[in-house]
Amino acid sequence: MSCCTSKGHGLEQKFPDEEVDLEALEQVLKEYRGNPSSLITVLQKAQDIYGYLPRKALYHIAREIGVKPAKVFGVATFYAQFRLKPIGKHLIMVCHGTACHVNGAELITSALCDELKISEGETTPDGLFTLQNVACLGCCSLAPVMMIDGEAYGKLTPDKARNVIREILRKETAKGEV
Amino acid sequence: MKVVVGLGSCGIAAGGNKVLEAIKSEVENRGIHVDVKKAGCIGMCYLEPIVEVIDDGGNKTTYVKVTPEIVKEIFENHIEKGNVVSEYVLSEEDRSYIEGQKRIALRNCGIIDPESIDEYIESGGYKALEKAIKEMTPERVIEEIKISGLRGRGGAGFPTWFKWNATRIAPGAPKYVVCNADEGDPGAFMDRSVLEGDPHSVLEGMAIAAYAIGAERGYIYVRAEYPLAIKRLEIAIEQARQRGFLGKNIMGTDFSFDITIKAGAGAFVCGEETALIASLEGERGMPRLKPPFPAQRGFMGKPTNINNVETFANVPWIIKNGGKAFAAIGTEKSKGTKVFALAGKVQRGGLVEVPMGIPLREVIFNIGGGIKGNRKVKAVQLGGPSGGCIPESLLDTPVDYESIVKTGAIMGSGGMIVMDETTCMVDMARFFLDFTQKESCGKCTHCRIGTKRMLEILERICQGQGEESDIELLEEIAMNVKEGSLCGLGQTAPNPVLTTLKYFRHEYEAHIKDKKCPAKQCKALISYRIDPEKCKSCGLCARKCPVGTIKGSKGQPYEIISENCTKCGTCLEVCRFGAVVVE
Ligand SMILES: Cc1cc2nc3c(=O)[nH]c(=O)nc-3n(C[C@H](O)[C@H](O)[C@H](O)COP(=O)(O)O)c2cc1C
Ligand code: FES
Repeated sequence: MSCCTSKGHGLEQKFPDEEVDLEALEQVLKEYRGNPSSLITVLQKAQDIYGYLPRKALYHIAREIGVKPAKVFGVATFYAQFRLKPIGKHLIMVCHGTACHVNGAELITSALCDELKISEGETTPDGLFTLQNVACLGCCSLAPVMMIDGEAYGKLTPDKARNVIREILRKETAKGEV
Repeated sequence: MKVVVGLGSCGIAAGGNKVLEAIKSEVENRGIHVDVKKAGCIGMCYLEPIVEVIDDGGNKTTYVKVTPEIVKEIFENHIEKGNVVSEYVLSEEDRSYIEGQKRIALRNCGIIDPESIDEYIESGGYKALEKAIKEMTPERVIEEIKISGLRGRGGAGFPTWFKWNATRIAPGAPKYVVCNADEGDPGAFMDRSVLEGDPHSVLEGMAIAAYAIGAERGYIYVRAEYPLAIKRLEIAIEQARQRGFLGKNIMGTDFSFDITIKAGAGAFVCGEETALIASLEGERGMPRLKPPFPAQRGFMGKPTNINNVETFANVPWIIKNGGKAFAAIGTEKSKGTKVFALAGKVQRGGLVEVPMGIPLREVIFNIGGGIKGNRKVKAVQLGGPSGGCIPESLLDTPVDYESIVKTGAIMGSGGMIVMDETTCMVDMARFFLDFTQKESCGKCTHCRIGTKRMLEILERICQGQGEESDIELLEEIAMNVKEGSLCGLGQTAPNPVLTTLKYFRHEYEAHIKDKKCPAKQCKALISYRIDPEKCKSCGLCARKCPVGTIKGSKGQPYEIISENCTKCGTCLEVCRFGAVVVE
């Protein structure tokens, strides 16, 4: 489980405190207000709305469903699904489950790190890609596998993986968004 | 004419949706009447996307590895003219993949449309629930499960009737039924396939369990990473409510039961029962000491029965066909069948359900078709991070709970990863420890710190910095973690280390003493070189090398300047002449 109390940097320093529209949470809170056992569900819905869990939203949720902020932060940092930082436009999830590991997932990740010039877990400076290692995407017979924006790519080689990224980048450039 | 497309997650990953689109547009363009249907995963994941054509006479043709182009050919020749396109039909050899199996939990997977309750009912669905609540007492239901010998499929193999009975007789109300669909083993997908391919069988199994133990509410705790399973469960629950199989006064009796889905949030430890309950309650998923068992004090402090997806999927079959019929399959202590997710270096990976008691070798060779590229099998890993590696010499071990435990592995929930001579066993141990170390919830010391220390040692060995005393140290920490941990996660985390040390100690020694990785996997212990004899100086490797460290020119063999080589494997992958050598 990830731990967020690294030397001298509390959550305050580590995670940005962006202005977010707390109104967007109202729909969710209406259903769960004052119901502490629904905390995980509320956090999941909040992440669906913002793409991550902004600090302001966490304090707001704590107030509204009636638990201490410490507990909200505890739960949000315990579970791997929750992100406290925004992610890039395209989320690349490289499977590091057993079948993929045996079939060379390590080489896929290092090829992608090299291609994108970032480390695992980071987002490219242009905000286009976030690279993440995950455990088993459930397509083990197609190992090694990665998933980008919900689409799975199987039977990868380092070269194939690079090409998938280049293709996305090409489309982005064509759209003139870079 | 009916056309069925397999659309489990694996089918979709292999391009199933594009095939479905192509079929739909063929039907439209040709203006013909064809019934297009979806089904879950039949288990032959290595052949996806799979399309079945069923003609009006009921003759079934199975096409494999279908692409939109092949769809066109199928429509032109088979559907319009009645000529089967034999080129793409499931081969006799591949047919043995299905024929070697015995399907109970997977009885409907890949056959019925998981989003249609009518197809489930047509195949005999909800008959068992009707029989249970109209003709049997709760005690009789439990008795039938006892006769069947059904044991939990989530890993530990605890007798299912016993847990049901304990929850039934425990004081306190209301009582709860929980389905554990957290499927944490990274490399396993049995439960996902059942939920995606036949969600009603799980709902029916839960309802029967609820009747037996006296519960009115059920929860399904599903991994959040399984969006398709969640969607199909939602559809199934809604359909079952509409037909009166869930809700108040089911089928006119005074038995009421309803089910809620809770999505997990990505923590392996939440597969453990008490952690799962904490997570259901909105807490961090930390286990607690047992007893009290969930049967006494579970969700919201009330008696709770937790079973695995596959366990529940077996229940309707048992009630319908009788416990004896189930007990007739398998061995003395392990009855019925077990589903495995076969993957790794095996030729034909996918989902298989086999009778308990058949040897592992049969699963890997007769069904799985042996190893890719005709290499030799080295070991098979069962039970994921809690399990162990069984060496080739023990592949005649029968698939049953006790025999597998004797090898040092566990049956587990069904992950079966086949490894060949290119798999480094030290690296496998490191891989699993990396996983358990990250997933340790941190509550107890042995698990939190012990797994970390073991990982550090294993990393050191893989880096070529292992010391002679490391093996002993590993064994000592492993035993302490096994004994000193609070829950199953820590108690079983050393298993991958202990089994590889037991059967592959020589690989550890090669890393430590000779600074060699026999499987040629550990980057720090290998180097790349180009064989000048084989090099045709085509220059492809040099163009592809991401760090530009391959030098040469036309007519001269190329050469890798090893200082800058990152050992990424690209040259090995692209060379068409086999000139790249790893040493
Ligand atoms: C760390 C850990 C992870 C587990 N993960 C799962 C899991 O993913 N799925 C599952 O069904 N059981 C899992 N179990 C086993 C459950 O605790 C429990 O025994 C099982 O759900 C009971 O159901 P059964 O009797 O039908 O097998 C896990 C146990 C431990 C200790
Ligand atoms: S191990 Fe990678 S998809 Fe399962």
